[in-house]
Amino acid sequence: MDSVADSQRTLYPYVTGSSVVAIKYKDGILMAADMGGSYGSTLRYKSVERLKPIGKHSLLGASGEISDFQEIMRYLDELILVDNMWDDGNSLGPKEVHNYLTRVMYNRRNKFNPLWNSLVLGGVKKGEKYLGTVNMIGINYEDNHVATGLGNHLARPILRDEWNENLTFEEGVKLLEKCMRVLLYRDRSAVNKIQISKITEEGATVYPPFSLRTYWEFSAFQNPTAGAEGSW
Amino acid sequence: MSSIGTGYDLSVTTFSPDGRVFQIEYAAKAVDNSGTVIGIKCKDGIVLGVEKLIPSKMMLPGSNRRIHAVHRHSGMAVAGLAADGRQIVARAKSEATNYDSVYGDPIPVKELADRVASYVHLCTLYWWLRPFGCGVILGGYDRDGPQLYMVEPSGVSYRYFGAAIGKGRQAAKTEIEKLKLQDLTCRKAVIEVAKISIYGVHDEAKDKDFELEMSWVCDESNRQHEKVPEELLEEAKAAAKLALEEMDAD
Amino acid sequence: MDQVDFNAPHSMGTTIIGVTYNGGVVLGADSRTSTGVYVANRASDKITKLTDNVYVCRSGSAADSQVVSDYVRYFLHQHTRIQLGQPATVKVAANLVRLLAYNNKNNLQTGLIVGGWDKYEGGQIYGVPLGGTIVQQPFAIGGSGSSYLYGFFDQAWKEGMTQDEAEELVKKAVSLAIARDGASGGVVRTVIINSEGVTRNFYPGDQLPIWHDELESHNSLLDILGAPEPMNI
Repeated sequence: MDSVADSQRTLYPYVTGSSVVAIKYKDGILMAADMGGSYGSTLRYKSVERLKPIGKHSLLGASGEISDFQEIMRYLDELILVDNMWDDGNSLGPKEVHNYLTRVMYNRRNKFNPLWNSLVLGGVKKGEKYLGTVNMIGINYEDNHVATGLGNHLARPILRDEWNENLTFEEGVKLLEKCMRVLLYRDRSAVNKIQISKITEEGATVYPPFSLRTYWEFSAFQNPTAGAEGSW
Repeated sequence: MSSIGTGYDLSVTTFSPDGRVFQIEYAAKAVDNSGTVIGIKCKDGIVLGVEKLIPSKMMLPGSNRRIHAVHRHSGMAVAGLAADGRQIVARAKSEATNYDSVYGDPIPVKELADRVASYVHLCTLYWWLRPFGCGVILGGYDRDGPQLYMVEPSGVSYRYFGAAIGKGRQAAKTEIEKLKLQDLTCRKAVIEVAKISIYGVHDEAKDKDFELEMSWVCDESNRQHEKVPEELLEEAKAAAKLALEEMDAD
Repeated sequence: MDQVDFNAPHSMGTTIIGVTYNGGVVLGADSRTSTGVYVANRASDKITKLTDNVYVCRSGSAADSQVVSDYVRYFLHQHTRIQLGQPATVKVAANLVRLLAYNNKNNLQTGLIVGGWDKYEGGQIYGVPLGGTIVQQPFAIGGSGSSYLYGFFDQAWKEGMTQDEAEELVKKAVSLAIARDGASGGVVRTVIINSEGVTRNFYPGDQLPIWHDELESHNSLLDILGAPEPMNI
């Protein structure tokens, strides 16, 4: 038997992805994440896809350790494969997939060997929208808008202010971009290469990556320390 | 089969004096009495077809399936004891998922066929096991293109252009040989398989009612194994029935 | 005063690189293996063969990276020779590396770059860093020396380079890292893999480019002093 000290293994995340932000909108769910893969404070990777369609009705967004996210994707691919092999016309919806993830995450944390992620699971099945989240210690909930990591501090206040149930696709995308822009300014591990994806009754679409325009024209930015020499 | 009940036919671990293992031959008998199962390799994929005999009119249509998906890219059709077949399918599924999780790549069809054959063969080597009373046709599509294999109760497996097992295998093979497989698309082949199953092989007078079960793995299905789409299946059945009527009219 | 610790584990504080070009891949590495501050081997080979067509660049603990690559080589031989009878794909090799690196992440200190060529997908590079993430990349850098190379590669790497351009880039990059990373040094080794096969090259430490604040090497000061005035009777 390992001693208690040995079993208290230090697990750190190595390659990590930052925030995911997601909202319900008129026709389904919209999700956004950047494509960065940080290695400590190094921005080591810039083309990591963190938004993935799961089966026919769900969309998964992940932040945290990328190797664990890849492991979760392997679990889900097998789950969906087994489901599809029945070939009986039934398929797992977002509610089932989210519940599966909550069980996986909670089980692993009870083994003191968590999957180091915060996950967002959105989807639409039979006209019902679903949006939920689960983290590395198994905490999970549903909401009309969710975010992970720094997104909880920087994006959700904006969403609480501006979100409503009947957002159009265009309004939803604008709202997510506003959140992602704030994260880009204020989250040091954010990268200006963003993916947005939607899922509706028709299925999931992950749009091609793009960069957000940033704004630096505040007059105080030009000469910030004028009259306050030595400040930052 | 000449000598039945000469004392050498009760165990798979005992050879007869002329070097045969009767239990395996009896297992093959179980397959020979089954509804016909057909698999053909076309230029763009594989089509599997089963003449599924219906034991009772009260059975729910579509139940007791004889074609099963094994992985994204391959499927298996069973002739003989369906329950034995499910055991083989379960093994094939676990071999396929295991390979995928270790190598991160879908299992090559040849490798899958080899592993399934080993498993079937294994059950012919021990006195406490009974050989499988079924044969399977395995169709799949990998990087090296579409491939078709048949595994028999003895554990042998060969690769085929076209394969048939079950009651009507002889007639079916004759019909398959007439097809130009290298030019045939799966969409066309579905109709051919329906024709073979319905008028080439099925004996309406003698046999029970039957259901035509079909699946494919081809470019049209995105190299995924799936049931043949409902409209196409109906179209194929209609074409086959028409051909049957024309033949009866002659 | 620091003691020299000869019991420290052998570590390949390293510079390793993999680059794809228009017909295959070029792998590169320095040759320094250290035991703490002591250079235990100044001519190591960190580009290890997995199969005929797939190689791996090793960084981190020398022992750990050897164990991983030994296992993967063993598995690939079983897989390719016995089961399938055809060469392994780069993807399968990389996935086996990932499998070991991920499943034993708590006990391994090694980052690897898998590179090779196969008939299905041509030249490919996969990075498998510390936690066991797997990332396919057009080029990958690793080891302690790579910190000095991110900016260089962002600027100098181009899609669709020729073999010579790619090898030149790798050589230049490793020598730049050697110049700034104390844990990298010695020679530059490259391995080029394409449809034709494998070529190994060796660039000794005295024939590498000379960078900022470095000097041309001489046998002796006397040679420098003596040289300008040939004779003084």
